[in-house]
Amino acid sequence: ERETRLKFICDCTAGVMSSTGRSAFFSRTHVNYEIKGDVAVIRMNDPSVNTLSVQMQREMTEVMDEVWGNSAVQSVVLISSKPGSFIAGADLNMIQACTTAEEVTLLSQEGQKMFEKIEKSPKPIVAAINGSCLGGGFEFAIACQYRIATKSKKTVLGCPEVMLGLLPGAGGTQRLPKMLGLPSAFDVVLTGRSIRPDKAKKMGLVHQLVDTLGPGLKSPEERTIEYLEEVAVEAARGLAKKQIPLTKEKGLMQKIQDYVMSYPFVRQQIYNTVQKKVMKQTKGLYPAPLKIIECVKAGLEQGPTAGYLAESQNFGKLAMTPESKALIGLYHGQVTCKKNRFGTPEKEVKALAVLGAGLMGAGIAQVSVDKGIHTILKDTTLEGLSRGEQQVYKGLNDKTKKKSITTFERDSFLSNLTGQLDYNGFNKADMVIEAVFEDLSIKHKVLKEVEAVIPPHCIFATNTSALPIKDIAAVSKRPEKVIGMHYFSPVDKMQLLEIITTDKTSKDTTASAVAVGLKQGKVIIVVGDGPGFYTTRCLAPMLAEAVRVLQEGVDPKKLDSLTTGFGFPVGAATLADEVGIDVAAHVAEDLGKAFGSRFGGGNIEFLKSMVDKGFKGRKSGKGCYIYQPGLKRRDVNTEALEILESYKLTPNAAISSDSDIQYRLVSRFVNEAVLCLQEGILANPVEGDIGAVFGLGFPPCLGGPFRFVDSFGADKLVEKMRKFEEVFGNQFTPCQLLLDHAKDPSKKFHK
Amino acid sequence: MIRASKKEKCTFHFHNTTVNIFVGLFLSVVFSNHTAKSKKTLAKPGVKNIVLVDGVRTPFLQSGTIYADLMPHDLARAALQGLLNRTGLPKDAVDYIVYGTVIQEVKTSNVAREAALGAGFSDKTPAHTVTMACISSNQAMTTAVGLIAAGQCDAVVAGGVEFMSDVPIRHSRRMRKTMLSLNKAKTLGARLSLLGSIRLAHLAPELPAVAEFSTAETMGHSADRLAAAFGVSRLEQDEFALRSHTLAKKAQDSGLLSDVISFKVPGKDIVSKDNGIRPSTMEQMAKLKPAFIKPHGTVTAANSSFLTDGASAVLIMSEEKALAMGYKPKAYLRDFVYVSQDPKDQLLLGPTYATPKVLEKSGLTLNDIDVFEFHEAFAGQIMANLKAMESDWFAQTYMGRKTKVGAPPMEKFNSWGGSLSLGHPFAATGCRLVTTVAHRLQKEGGQYGLVAACAAGGQGHAMVIEAYPQ
Repeated sequence: ERETRLKFICDCTAGVMSSTGRSAFFSRTHVNYEIKGDVAVIRMNDPSVNTLSVQMQREMTEVMDEVWGNSAVQSVVLISSKPGSFIAGADLNMIQACTTAEEVTLLSQEGQKMFEKIEKSPKPIVAAINGSCLGGGFEFAIACQYRIATKSKKTVLGCPEVMLGLLPGAGGTQRLPKMLGLPSAFDVVLTGRSIRPDKAKKMGLVHQLVDTLGPGLKSPEERTIEYLEEVAVEAARGLAKKQIPLTKEKGLMQKIQDYVMSYPFVRQQIYNTVQKKVMKQTKGLYPAPLKIIECVKAGLEQGPTAGYLAESQNFGKLAMTPESKALIGLYHGQVTCKKNRFGTPEKEVKALAVLGAGLMGAGIAQVSVDKGIHTILKDTTLEGLSRGEQQVYKGLNDKTKKKSITTFERDSFLSNLTGQLDYNGFNKADMVIEAVFEDLSIKHKVLKEVEAVIPPHCIFATNTSALPIKDIAAVSKRPEKVIGMHYFSPVDKMQLLEIITTDKTSKDTTASAVAVGLKQGKVIIVVGDGPGFYTTRCLAPMLAEAVRVLQEGVDPKKLDSLTTGFGFPVGAATLADEVGIDVAAHVAEDLGKAFGSRFGGGNIEFLKSMVDKGFKGRKSGKGCYIYQPGLKRRDVNTEALEILESYKLTPNAAISSDSDIQYRLVSRFVNEAVLCLQEGILANPVEGDIGAVFGLGFPPCLGGPFRFVDSFGADKLVEKMRKFEEVFGNQFTPCQLLLDHAKDPSKKFHK
Repeated sequence: MIRASKKEKCTFHFHNTTVNIFVGLFLSVVFSNHTAKSKKTLAKPGVKNIVLVDGVRTPFLQSGTIYADLMPHDLARAALQGLLNRTGLPKDAVDYIVYGTVIQEVKTSNVAREAALGAGFSDKTPAHTVTMACISSNQAMTTAVGLIAAGQCDAVVAGGVEFMSDVPIRHSRRMRKTMLSLNKAKTLGARLSLLGSIRLAHLAPELPAVAEFSTAETMGHSADRLAAAFGVSRLEQDEFALRSHTLAKKAQDSGLLSDVISFKVPGKDIVSKDNGIRPSTMEQMAKLKPAFIKPHGTVTAANSSFLTDGASAVLIMSEEKALAMGYKPKAYLRDFVYVSQDPKDQLLLGPTYATPKVLEKSGLTLNDIDVFEFHEAFAGQIMANLKAMESDWFAQTYMGRKTKVGAPPMEKFNSWGGSLSLGHPFAATGCRLVTTVAHRLQKEGGQYGLVAACAAGGQGHAMVIEAYPQ
């Protein structure tokens, strides 16, 4: 009797299983669903991160078909089981695996079809969003009939495809203009910026917001997702019963805007304005924004069929561009450089001391206190300390104005900061970062003073842009605890941190420095020791060349436009002003001594004359340009031009075209980068690219010096350099590794 | 009793909580053989017995009603005078007065002193004002306990007042700055240029909000999130609110709310009853829209405490002094604790944290308590606290305790109504809770009572009260 009962149960189960879809329930690993009364709750749970992978799309299609076919279901809730993300985006590997534009276009069209079905669903679908809802995930959400998002700090919406040289290829360029109106849609798609939940609600991107919950009978994260689901299920029911309207009544402004937009010439005007703005910002070096405008235009002017076709075809084309490959490469590189390849340090740095409250020191303090690291900021004078503390306060206060933190958070961050003039409390420091003046004897003095007061486990990090770490460590009693941490100015804005290890630096010291940098939110490269390390060493020859170009009579503005025209975000003359003419002179002299004539080019005496006149760049108000507080417009410093007169050089017409000047600047940079890899200063090309782009502003569309060599061709570059070498000598002699790559085209830095 | 005091001496020497728990457990075992009425006294050797002689309060009225034209110290005066009348206390027998208030009337920032003078207390009796949000009068009472325990005073009046019919509404910071500069401007030109700098936007006033300064979140919003975190449904909240109103109505009708004094409001009638008690039906309550989180929130006007005007006062004495003056005290005020936690996500969980702590301190368990009076800020807040106290997971994860303390049995809980129905003049509620415990202990024949309350800032309070032998 018992056996028959068991068999009965088994049969029933089998019956149920077949009715819910051929035991597919058990083979599905990414998507599952549950029917709650008349609402189907579809949960996405990719074993790793929720992305719109092939697997996810297949299972989603299956589940949707089951849900649509189930007459008991009146409405649908779409939710992620992952605490930090709804759908983080499309699967990049899926796109990268394609070899032709047509393949990518096909992927795009599949996505478009799937979301079209979602959009036309007879049963209302509520997207319940907690965590990142980006790219393809965002396009999925906006295809749904209703969106509810949590107010979690992790919840962000947006289409960052443009930052990867792509466009939203699953209907994003078509749906957003209809949802948001043309101006907002362009803003969202072209900038690729992340939109916070409250802003998304204001824009009309989401219909309802749900608060995050604190401690209860379950973990806050778990219960917040549950709560979101409960609210979404109620909303789905309301939608199905038509208690909640699907379309919101438009406000007066919206109506006026729609009316104005109904005139073709107004739309045309907007396309033109946006196009101009894009051209101004990208110098035409980035194809994606232009293609986005094209897609939006096609959809609005020629109808959806043309619009969707343009979107999928342009998506395919963009995926094959070197710009997109470069940007995706940077994205991957950035992810890599946000990991600690040296493992977990033995002791977490909880107490930090920063020496020197100058721009760098205060900047380092700022990015530490707001991560909860107790930080001592020490200076030698009350004035210096006061200025530094004010910088930290201002940095944090500006964030309250942008509402990224509250005034209360600002205060509590500031409570982690102790400003002082003595070494009190250094006996409890886990790490000391010195950011005093770049002078070896001062650095030595400071190191000895610090070592006398710090505990044995404490790490001594030195923030220098050019002095070799081993020279600084020479006077140390414990060189294994000495490391270089080269921050970039302004510290709170620049993402890169270059960490420099000597032969004696211990692995744990390195692990600890990387851990601190990561906590400070930095993208990190770890390089070997030597004059100028990696970044400064690449920059110095380029700036030397820039000085020569100025001496040859090229106007600073012209020099700037040549460099930005190549893709650098900041022109070479402006960059020199930003770095500081005095610093540039100092570094040029130091590196000149270390590397000899290869680092020559412009005349250092010119830089020194500038410094003598007090033209130290932006910080002194005058450099190549004149800086006036409150004024955005900058005039060329005519006095600087007068100084240039006395260092005038006659340009050689054969190598002085605009393009020649650009390649003279870039090839010296790139050659030095490759030499750094050849010499083992760099561990790999990825860090070389990341360091150049994030630290020095190497054109992102080129993906960094190594990717540039790969895509431009080492042979072509060598050819250009040989031409310059004939005139200028060894400054343009290609290094061996570059020659190797030139000889054998199959050799690539990036696979 | 001799055995008990011997054991207690041990704890006194060790001064260790675990020892206290042990002794508490031990004692409850020892005395569980006896009847409930012969539980040990919580008197501690070397610590003065401090008693509640009596407590009164003005009727608690919804703000903007009959009290609307008064000032806060008028209400406080009424409570103080009522206490004098009730106890027949000679005015000069009071050593000190401590009074609580939350939203301060700037003219009477030390409202304790103004009210005391106006109530005819001796001008030789010092008075100070304390503030600790909704537990301000608890703070006033425990300050009084401290003064007596330290041997500085023998008779202290404590109380609290809140007047929500009128609150300070300020000029904007820019406007204030201009006005203050105007005072200092010497020439006509300087004055005119300052006046000229005023913009329309500067005239927009600043309204006080019942919001946390640290998080900018209103309390109702936080309560709604708290209810959601503990999965408290709208239905549960409405049911609890209805219970509060029903019990309050019953208590009012049966004349149990004897702490309420009559008050002749100038220009108006004599007031002698709370006016916020309004037992409704579940159907009526279900119709209300959420007040803070829209559209899916669960906290509504009907299941929240309302803005209230009112004042309360209690007379606290050392036992010897009270007896010497011929009083029959109502209760002993025993151990108390203050707790605080995250003002964002645990704003209103004070009772959950304070209850086990004060019980441990007294060597009691939840089962020993006969009368519970918890401050009802929101029905959702009370239900969340009850669920938290009933959860081992919460106790282990957030409180560092091995087990839950347990939720109070409902038949002993706020059985004469609570803040939801009687009203909640922020700084006056604490005295109402303590007086009610004393009255309920007398009426119901229990021995121990427990007061617990949450307060803005993520703080909380609990106190153990012991019945005075009848």
